[in-house]
Amino acid sequence: MDFRFDIIWDYAPLLLKGTGLTIGISAASILLGAVFGLAIGFGKMARSRLLNWPMGAYINFFRGTPLIVQAMIFHFAIIPPILGTTNAIAAAITTLSFNSAAYMAEIYRAGIQSIDPGQKEAAYSLGMSHGQAMRFVILPQAIKRMIPAFGNEFIVLIKDSAMLAYIAVPEMFYWVNAMKGQYMRVWEPYLTAAVIYFILTYSLSKLLQYIERRM
Amino acid sequence: MEQAMIQVAGLCKSFGTNAVLRHIDLEVRRQEVVVVIGPSGSGKSTMLRCLNLLEQPDQGDIRIEGVSLMDKGTRITEVRAEVGMVFQRFNLFPHMSVLDNITLSPVRVRKRPKEEAEAKAMELLRKVGLEDKANASPDSLSGGQAQRVAIARALAMEPKIMLFDEPTSALDPEMVGEVLAVMKELAAEGMTMVVVTHEMGFAREVGDRVLFMEQGSIVEEGHPRELFESPKQERTKLFLSKVL
Repeated sequence: MDFRFDIIWDYAPLLLKGTGLTIGISAASILLGAVFGLAIGFGKMARSRLLNWPMGAYINFFRGTPLIVQAMIFHFAIIPPILGTTNAIAAAITTLSFNSAAYMAEIYRAGIQSIDPGQKEAAYSLGMSHGQAMRFVILPQAIKRMIPAFGNEFIVLIKDSAMLAYIAVPEMFYWVNAMKGQYMRVWEPYLTAAVIYFILTYSLSKLLQYIERRM
Repeated sequence: MEQAMIQVAGLCKSFGTNAVLRHIDLEVRRQEVVVVIGPSGSGKSTMLRCLNLLEQPDQGDIRIEGVSLMDKGTRITEVRAEVGMVFQRFNLFPHMSVLDNITLSPVRVRKRPKEEAEAKAMELLRKVGLEDKANASPDSLSGGQAQRVAIARALAMEPKIMLFDEPTSALDPEMVGEVLAVMKELAAEGMTMVVVTHEMGFAREVGDRVLFMEQGSIVEEGHPRELFESPKQERTKLFLSKVL
């Protein structure tokens, strides 16, 4: 079998640009998802049913329906009336961040609830408010425990971003499909995609391992 | 008469259908050391934890220096800042050094300058004999050392009352003495203390008053000599015959 490196080379600039967009969308979604997830996680832990029920419903919806379906809904039904036009990148970031927020909310919740209640009691007994106890005592310990789970979630998110090719987001996998369409070859484009995604996720997991050790 | 430091009236608390505290009345005077003894499950820890609202009472009133904790206007964080607590399992913050454990609340809650808080923390560490451990991680301490740090941490807030919840129960026997020694010193300095413990020697030697609790009630109370040597209640006699 001949492997045509020349067509990969041909597409290298587009693949590079697409990879840039993959990284950009993933990074933005991870950041937004982490912030939304924190709010949703705390909402779900709240004692008030007015708060914890909707947050539970949110989590169930986003975990219980396929990402591609969510992407279609955001892209065709939600974003156009808001922006007045379709915007694939906006839909992509919204979908991925809202989806990952649901998973991250559960990671936050599990992390926070895994800390010995004695820690919170000690903080309270020293006159700290709930917020101070969270900020200085619970979260610093919980976040360290959350890192491996966050790592999994970030990796899943990067890989899932490939699905965005189907709402015409010009990220990396979009150009991989284009390459396949132009040359009618399968090994070169898909292997290239696999290698690039692997490099992205593997570097990320190494980075997180480094951070976890440093904490 | 001088106002009591702690006044508890008609305190009741249930977990589900299990009544843990049945109408507790208690007064603790300034500089008094009250030791609470009793079998496990008698409600003594729960009573102690109600005194700084780590447990929410179902009924009754608790006053610290005349301020009711049940009053909606009372800021519980302010009351807790005045009431130190030492736990059975130390509950040091494992992600920070011994020194940071002690200075965290003075700096964040009392808004003390960091240098001042650290100087005070070092002084307290000297007091409990652990000045060389200031930069150590809590994980590296023995149980006895950890508990002494926990006492220093509580004292750093300059509390008016100290609550001790079985402070030596999680310790190896050879480490009990060093923790009790710090507590004795504290009592001698005039700290108001409520101590839940199984250390009958400590109760007898340091306690101004001993309460015997069983099944959520204070069965008997009195001067340690009285209570240990001539208990009036059958249940007290039975308990003491098992532990002494």
